[in-house]
Amino acid sequence: MKITSSVSLLAIGAVLLAGTAQADKWSDQFPHIKNSGDIPGQCSYEAMSEKDYSGQKLTINTHAVPVMGEPTALHAEQFSALTGAEVKVIHTPAGDLYSKAMIPFQAGQTPYDIVFGFSNFLRDWKQYLQPIPAKYVNMKQMKDVTQGHIDVNSWGGEMIQFPIDGDRHYLKYRRDVIDNPEYKAKYKAETGNELRIPQTWKEYAEMAEFFNGWDWDNDGELEYGSAEVMKKDDLMYAAFFSRSVAYSKNPRVKGGFFFDLETMEPLINGPGFVAALTDWVEATKYVPPGGMNFGLGDEINSFGGGQTLFSYSWDDAFVAAMQDDSPIKNKVGAAPLPGSDRVWNRLSGAWEDTYNQAPYIVWGWTAAVAKESKNHDMAFDYLCFFANDANHQADIAIGRFGVNPFRKSDFLPEIYIKNQGWEPEIAQQYSETLLKMEEGSSNLVFPLRVPGVFQFNSAVATGTAKALAGQLSPQEALDEVAVEWKKIVKRIGADTIREAYAIGVALEDAE
Amino acid sequence: MNFKHKYMFLLPGLLVLLAILIFPIGFTVRLSLSSWDSFYPGLDFIGLENYIRLFTDDSRFWEAFGRLSLLSLTTVFLQYIIGFSLALLVWKEIRFQRLFRVLFLIPMMTTPVIMTVVWRTFFNESLGPVNDFFNLFGMQPLWLSSEILSKFTVVLVEVWQWTPFMFLLLLAGLLSLPKEPYLAASIDGAGPVRTFVYVTFPLMAPISIGAIIIRLIEASKIMDTVYVLTSGGPGTSTETSSFYIFIKGLREFQFGYSAALSITYLVVMIISFTVIAKILVKMMVRGE
Repeated sequence: MKITSSVSLLAIGAVLLAGTAQADKWSDQFPHIKNSGDIPGQCSYEAMSEKDYSGQKLTINTHAVPVMGEPTALHAEQFSALTGAEVKVIHTPAGDLYSKAMIPFQAGQTPYDIVFGFSNFLRDWKQYLQPIPAKYVNMKQMKDVTQGHIDVNSWGGEMIQFPIDGDRHYLKYRRDVIDNPEYKAKYKAETGNELRIPQTWKEYAEMAEFFNGWDWDNDGELEYGSAEVMKKDDLMYAAFFSRSVAYSKNPRVKGGFFFDLETMEPLINGPGFVAALTDWVEATKYVPPGGMNFGLGDEINSFGGGQTLFSYSWDDAFVAAMQDDSPIKNKVGAAPLPGSDRVWNRLSGAWEDTYNQAPYIVWGWTAAVAKESKNHDMAFDYLCFFANDANHQADIAIGRFGVNPFRKSDFLPEIYIKNQGWEPEIAQQYSETLLKMEEGSSNLVFPLRVPGVFQFNSAVATGTAKALAGQLSPQEALDEVAVEWKKIVKRIGADTIREAYAIGVALEDAE
Repeated sequence: MNFKHKYMFLLPGLLVLLAILIFPIGFTVRLSLSSWDSFYPGLDFIGLENYIRLFTDDSRFWEAFGRLSLLSLTTVFLQYIIGFSLALLVWKEIRFQRLFRVLFLIPMMTTPVIMTVVWRTFFNESLGPVNDFFNLFGMQPLWLSSEILSKFTVVLVEVWQWTPFMFLLLLAGLLSLPKEPYLAASIDGAGPVRTFVYVTFPLMAPISIGAIIIRLIEASKIMDTVYVLTSGGPGTSTETSSFYIFIKGLREFQFGYSAALSITYLVVMIISFTVIAKILVKMMVRGE
């Protein structure tokens, strides 16, 4: 143990020294990359400084500040300083990103050279986007991207979106509570169960209820069980799917998680999804006051601010909790999403009483160049610069930026220890959790990427919101969603949706 | 002047009218007869399919319409009562009359979206000052997460924001009333209550009806408050027609269908306001 620790420390020291050695003229001019300095590459600061885009204008539509909007603007400013380009950044709320680009796309207009959005927009946007040129696809920077995120940004084998972010849902928990011997004893005495990282949603609920509504970290404030995205139309559908995968994604059943690929019948009201929604309705009892109205930002602030024991969904809450200004820095842990003690088999029509866990790869932010843009070279250079090694290392250290790991090198714990001051054990656990989701599971679930995806997700949000509000039972709510999904399939066409859905199913079934 | 010259002078105005009123409505009607969505862009022709879907297969729109009616009638009623009371208060000579008149107008001059964000912060159930106060009494009301209280919160914010508009119109009406009926009432020995019931209120009826109708039209378009405060939730408990049309059009990108919703909404509103105006006239003018 001692030898291992010494070796680890030596390794960390070496990395730190290497980082210091990398400081250069660019980090003096651009403090954002002060930890790493410029890192040589096709789109490094040095390389960009040799380009001349003076007199040319680049227009970018991105998300509101800070998530993704702040790094977009920051890198636009840097890009402008390096190349002489005029870069105009327009910030748009998340809910309007799709339509703000789609309306001009459909009208044959090109107000934006670059559009930021979610990777599940791809099926609807792809005909309006310029595929990534081979010189970027084959560059060293891109070779570092995991295969899963290459797939995320590609359609039919062609890369269309530029990888800038990687997302998955996983569990975040308070280590100072779950590993606390006093609380372990108290929990055991009062419930008869072990206090540990929850392995199932049932354990998650029991622990969350136990630690709900009292001051367990002695900061003078009440703490609660769980922070979750429950606000209607604010990505709540993704939170619901996170809770559903354990009950519904059976590794022995191929051919679709959301639909039966053969018949295109929705599976959304099956017993697995209903069990998950039933759990979720129960969860309203152990969220903070007003937790039913939490959007993603609220979830990040709630867990990141130390208000709850658990949280799940995107990386941001974890990164926010581990920032220097966080009251719970180095007090949190990362683990795979909880599983369940049973999983629904839709082929046999029965529950299988076996432990099941399934990672939910939510993909994430992405950006692409408009096909009709007259500035393709400059636009791709901007995106390449945005995601260059130095910027990427600096960006993933800032929780509010919304840039999360998607490269093989991102899963090395040393970078979090060196650049962000994380405790080695936490960095190791975080890296392992994320890497296992990417490469270690054979039961992955990918989100829908089909035409009209927003109609499907909106129907889920409305149905689940009604169940959470007590307007409908979980079964009634999901039956309503299934009816709505059938109508959408009928309107758009079963074959059209099947063709797109098959691409996602092939990724899931190939694992 | 030549007859044709008259038309030449009218032409710019007519063109502007055509561009900003007739064309958008005409285009929306045409859009409502198409299936334009994220997958099938363009003005194909599907007849009345969207309207048939709306009338036979979309109870959510009509539920939202019912909710809208409840919210708008409640808010406008409260705005009228409070606005009229405030107007009466500063109508007569009182100290700091001008200051009060300006103070009462401030909410209307603020930006609705910004103020709704402020109200959302006030009513934040974990961190907001409103619940800090209620915590002193051991209570923690769910202002935004309870089906009933969330409606109350929306009404409260709307009343706060738009009562000044009602106040302004009614105060202007009060200031323009003739003096003679009051002299006559005074000679007849009428007290303040009788003077209000038999003189002020009847004389104010035409202005009141106008103010109520204007506010009802505005209140029926309630969108920003709902969007910022509750996103239509919890569940669908604060979802109104305009918010639902927004979801269908700009969130789900069902342009054709949302155009059909908009046109139907417009027609229903025109009919509703015509009926409401007639009822108000009967109650407040003819019923005097």
